[in-house]
Amino acid sequence: MSPMMIELLLDALWETLFMVAVSGGIAGLIGVPLGIVLVVTGRGHILEHPLFNKTLGGIVNATRSTPFIILLVAIIPLTRLIVGTSIGTAAAIVPLTLAAIPFVARQAETSLREVDPGLIEAAQAMGASPLQIVTKVLLAEAWPSLIGGLTITIVSLIGYSAMAGAVGGGGLGDLGIRYGYQRFQPEVMAAVVAVLIVLVQGVQSLGDLLARKLNKRLIRSSGH
Amino acid sequence: MIEIQDLVKVFKGAGQPVPVLKGVSLSIRQGEIFGIIGRSGAGKSTLVRCINLLETPTSGRVTVHGREITALTGAALREARRDIGMIFQHFNLLSSRTVYDNVAFPLELAGKSKADIRAEIEPLLALVGLTDKSGRYPAELSGGQKQRVGIARALASKPSVLLCDEATSALDPETTQSILALLKDINKTLGLTIVLITHEMPVIKEICDRVAVLDQGEVAELGTIFDVFTAPTAEVTRSFVRDVIDRDLPPGLRNRLRAAPTAASRPIIRILFTGPSANTPVIAEVVRQFDVLLNILQANVDAIQGSPYGNIVVEAIGAPADVAAALDYIHAKHLKTEVLGHVADDDRAVA
Repeated sequence: MSPMMIELLLDALWETLFMVAVSGGIAGLIGVPLGIVLVVTGRGHILEHPLFNKTLGGIVNATRSTPFIILLVAIIPLTRLIVGTSIGTAAAIVPLTLAAIPFVARQAETSLREVDPGLIEAAQAMGASPLQIVTKVLLAEAWPSLIGGLTITIVSLIGYSAMAGAVGGGGLGDLGIRYGYQRFQPEVMAAVVAVLIVLVQGVQSLGDLLARKLNKRLIRSSGH
Repeated sequence: MIEIQDLVKVFKGAGQPVPVLKGVSLSIRQGEIFGIIGRSGAGKSTLVRCINLLETPTSGRVTVHGREITALTGAALREARRDIGMIFQHFNLLSSRTVYDNVAFPLELAGKSKADIRAEIEPLLALVGLTDKSGRYPAELSGGQKQRVGIARALASKPSVLLCDEATSALDPETTQSILALLKDINKTLGLTIVLITHEMPVIKEICDRVAVLDQGEVAELGTIFDVFTAPTAEVTRSFVRDVIDRDLPPGLRNRLRAAPTAASRPIIRILFTGPSANTPVIAEVVRQFDVLLNILQANVDAIQGSPYGNIVVEAIGAPADVAAALDYIHAKHLKTEVLGHVADDDRAVA
C-alpha cells in the first residue's frame, strides 16, 4: 500500500473516531437520563406515571424503528439548523446522535431495571428521596451493566458511521466503499475491514474490562 | 409506641381486588420484642410495610412514637422513616458499596459529614462484630455477616423502632441463633422496640415478649409467648405451636383411647408442668409414695422465655383409689392434669 493510502486510512480512522466519540458521548448524556425517566415512571416504580411513560416509550420506539439511512437524509433540515451544513463529518454526527439516543435509552432502561427492587425498598425505608434513589442506588448499582450497554452502543455506532459517507461524512466505511468498491482496490477494502475489526475488538475489550472492574457482585479471585 | 388501628389493605390488581389486611389493630409497647407470625399469604409482610408506609394502607391509622405515619408524605415521611429501621430477608445491601459504606448509607442520605459518619460507624461495626470486614464487599460475606451489616445499617440513624421482615428466614439454624441473640442484645442495651415478622415459631419462642398470630388478614390470637405456647386457642396457633412443641399423641395410642373406663383399663393422663413447679421431680415422688406406676408414653420438656414448660403423657398403672390419690398429690403441687382417656390391654392386642 502506498504512503498516500496509509494517510487516507489514518484520516478516515480519525473521522470515524471523531464521529463515534462525539455522537456516543452526547447520546450517553441524553440517553441515560432518558432511560432513568423510562424506568422510574414505569409501573410500580418510585415516580410511577403510566401516561407519560407510554408516550415517551412510544417516541423512543418510533426513533428506533426508523432505518438509519432514512434518518440520515430525513433530518437534513435539522442537521443544517444545528451545524450550519448538511455535508461533512460534523453533519453526520447529528443523525448518528439522534439514532443512538433511543438505543442508549433502552439499554440504560434494561440495565436499571435489573437493579434488585429490594434495594430501592431498603433505601426508601431509610428515608431516601427519589433523586437519592436514582443516583445512589439505581446508577451506583447498575454501573457495570450501563458500561456494557454503552459498549454495545459504541460498537453499533462504528457500524452506522460507515453510512455517513452518504452525506460526505467520511470515515472508514466511506473510504472502503469509494476506494475498495468503486475504484476496484480490494486491498483498501481489506485494510479498512482489518482496522474496523481491531477497533471494535478494542472497544469491546475495554468495555468488558471496565464493567468487570466496577462489578462488586462477584467475588474477585485475587486479593484474598 | 406503635399503634395500629383498624388497618385495611386491599390490593387492586388486574382482576378481583384482593383484601390482604382486614382491619388489623395492634398496640406495640415501648421496648418490647413483638412478634407477628403467619403462614405465607397471611398478610404479615404487608402489615409490617404499613408501619413505615412502604405499603400505603387502604384505610386505617398507624402511629409511631406519637406521630401519625399514615398522615405523612414527602419530606416529612422520609424524616419519620429515619426513626424506623428495617432489616430484610434478603439483606438488601448495595453490592457496589463496602460494608463500611453500606452502614454509612443512611447517614449519607441524611446529609451527615464524612467525619461525623466515621465517628458513628465504628462503634456500630464493633457492635455487630464486623470491624475487620469494614472494607469488604457484600459478595465476600456469608449470609449471617450480611444480616449483621443490615442490622448495623438499620441502627445507623439511631431509630427507636426496628422492623425485621423475615430477617432470619434465609439463614441456617446456627446463624439464626446468633442473629437472634444480637437482636435481643440490641433490644436490651439500646432499649429498641423490635417488631419481628416470621413464619418460624422457634424464632418467636426464642426472643419475642408478645406475639400476634395473623391468619388471612386478621389477628387470630394475641398474647404473651408463654400463654400462646402453653394455651393456644385458635386452630392456626395450635398448628404453629405444634411446630415447636409436639402435643399430639402418637397415632397408635390415639386410636386405642376410649372415653369411658372398663374394669381392665388404665387412665392416660397428661400432666402439664408450668412455672416454678416444672422443676419438681413429681413423677419420681408419685412413684415412690403411691402404689402407682407411671408409664411415660410421651414427654417434652422445654423452656419458653426462660420459664420451664413440660408436657408429659403417662399411663397410670395401679388400683383406681391409688391413682386418684396420686392425682390429688399432683394437683397439690399446682400442676395441671387432664385425663385424655383410657386404654385396656385387650385394646393393645387389637392395636
